[in-house]
Amino acid sequence: MQFDDYVPILGVQEVDELRALARRLAGRSVQMVNSTAVGGGVAEILNRLVPLMQELGVSPRWDVITGGNDFFEITKAFHNALQGGPYDGRPQDFETFLAYSEQNRHRLTFDSEFTVIHDPQPVALIDARPPGKNHWIWRCHIDLSRPNERVWNFIRPFVSRYDGSLFSSPEFSRQLPIPQYLFYPCIDPLSDKNRDLAADAVREVAERFGIDTDRPVLTQISRFDRLKDPVGVIRAYQIVKRYADCQLVLAGGSATDDPEGAEVLAEVREAAGDDPDVHILDLPPWSAVEINALQRASTIVIQKSLREGFGLTVAEALWKKKPVVASAVGGIPTQVIHKHTGLLAHSVEGTAYQIRFLLSHPALAQKLGEQGHEHVREHFLITSNVRRYLALFLHHDSLGRS
Amino acid sequence: MNRANRPFEFFTASYLTRIDNERAMSLRQLRDGLDHCSNPSIFYHTFQSLGDYHFLTEGFSNDVAQWVLAALNRPRLAEQLGGLDIRGYVDLARLREDVLLIIDEFLRASPEAGDLEAFEPFYFCSSKEVLVPLGWEAWTLVEFRRFLERMGHASFHFHFLVSRLRLHLQSNDFSVWFKEELGLEGLARQVDRIDITMDTIDGAKARLLKLVDRELAA
Repeated sequence: MQFDDYVPILGVQEVDELRALARRLAGRSVQMVNSTAVGGGVAEILNRLVPLMQELGVSPRWDVITGGNDFFEITKAFHNALQGGPYDGRPQDFETFLAYSEQNRHRLTFDSEFTVIHDPQPVALIDARPPGKNHWIWRCHIDLSRPNERVWNFIRPFVSRYDGSLFSSPEFSRQLPIPQYLFYPCIDPLSDKNRDLAADAVREVAERFGIDTDRPVLTQISRFDRLKDPVGVIRAYQIVKRYADCQLVLAGGSATDDPEGAEVLAEVREAAGDDPDVHILDLPPWSAVEINALQRASTIVIQKSLREGFGLTVAEALWKKKPVVASAVGGIPTQVIHKHTGLLAHSVEGTAYQIRFLLSHPALAQKLGEQGHEHVREHFLITSNVRRYLALFLHHDSLGRS
Repeated sequence: MNRANRPFEFFTASYLTRIDNERAMSLRQLRDGLDHCSNPSIFYHTFQSLGDYHFLTEGFSNDVAQWVLAALNRPRLAEQLGGLDIRGYVDLARLREDVLLIIDEFLRASPEAGDLEAFEPFYFCSSKEVLVPLGWEAWTLVEFRRFLERMGHASFHFHFLVSRLRLHLQSNDFSVWFKEELGLEGLARQVDRIDITMDTIDGAKARLLKLVDRELAA
């Protein structure tokens, strides 16, 4: 994929503006550092972001930190604790974390004008900052609104030494002595999960899963996790079903290797009973095209989470011009502007009501979907992310080194 | 064909959103936050939100009105706040005063509503403008039209709406240039009347193109 492939999506006008921004940074060096080259949302974003910046004339580099299993077990525990989970680590874990940071500090080179460190795993690399004119930014992709205090008190002094920090939602940020900027996560409109599909391809996938495309289809795409409230979705569907002949698709994954996922999947199957119009699909991780097709085959997409990170499945549905009914939690209200790009709900009954309302007002449903598509085009595409980074670098450049 | 002494230079503006570490969970907290937040914060929640959501034509005017509707379920107050014509303001202090006036009047009539907990918090943010020239200069109306066609949303928003705060005039960069450089006062007046709060940026731009075409054809 090349930058020009995005022109039909963005329009030549937006592309000209991006190029004008990038011209001011031509040849300037940028370094992105994270903890994995494959798997996970951050690697997925960097895999697209870095080549796009390069095509625009900036000089980006992407480095990945290394560490033993002990390091990644510790960082996983930190990751969970920073997102509000329990933490029962040992005091020496902090020393181990710092020892691996020190190793990476010596292994990698830090001579770029703009360095962006992604997430907590490499946060201590701020110790490697060389003297002279450079700008160091910490990009936090996780929800820090309710962190474990012990872990956050360890991480915070490192974060405070950066020139700025980037958060996916104001809700996820912390009180910090450095500027905090809002950087939304993004989707790639050319990826298998989001690219256009022919109507035949959509129908083929729907039929493969036994879905009748002649009747309304309600869909929630989420792993089988209690925080995504799949049983609540079934309850809402059962209320709607009293008034409209519709089907429900619950598609997700991770049930095979996640004991809790398997438990939740069993609860979901039990709640669905023997209703032939409820399709519970436990999909393997390589199902991007199938998920794309299922979203496109839907009449309404639901995201009835009880707690949510940013919830990019909402942006994926909106990109496909689907009307969305979703809970007002986490990053969802940023994507679903109530009554403009979708409808928000706060309960099973509210979700059912909003679905019924949209099923009986198809013109409004279509309008919400179309406006949602524009909202995503403007704010949640990979190209918007490129623009934000370019603007950030230009802004920090104008400030000089702090 | 008139030729300008000073060309029209096209810029694009990108806005970084700064998270301001302040939130409101009730109408009274919102009011107090709006009273003391920075001007870039007032800008973010009004002028920038109008640009960010330029594709919405019905019932969206600014973040404050939207939050009052969606998080406080106060449609009457939301209507009043949404009715503020952002286009009419040439300074942020006056806009802040008017927002506060509407909320204060509402609170006087319904004091019990001030402390009711919202469904979701209002997060105060502010804007950092990053301005970059597009490298296009128009010396005539024909050249202007050619560049206008290639102009993106951010650039149009900057020259048409944000310009009011810079110029301190109920006008915009286009009208000022038409009048001062090309002597086209009639065109300038017609462009001033384009209502961006009732239209999308694409719609407003299409109207401007039409007015320029009519002028070129005259």
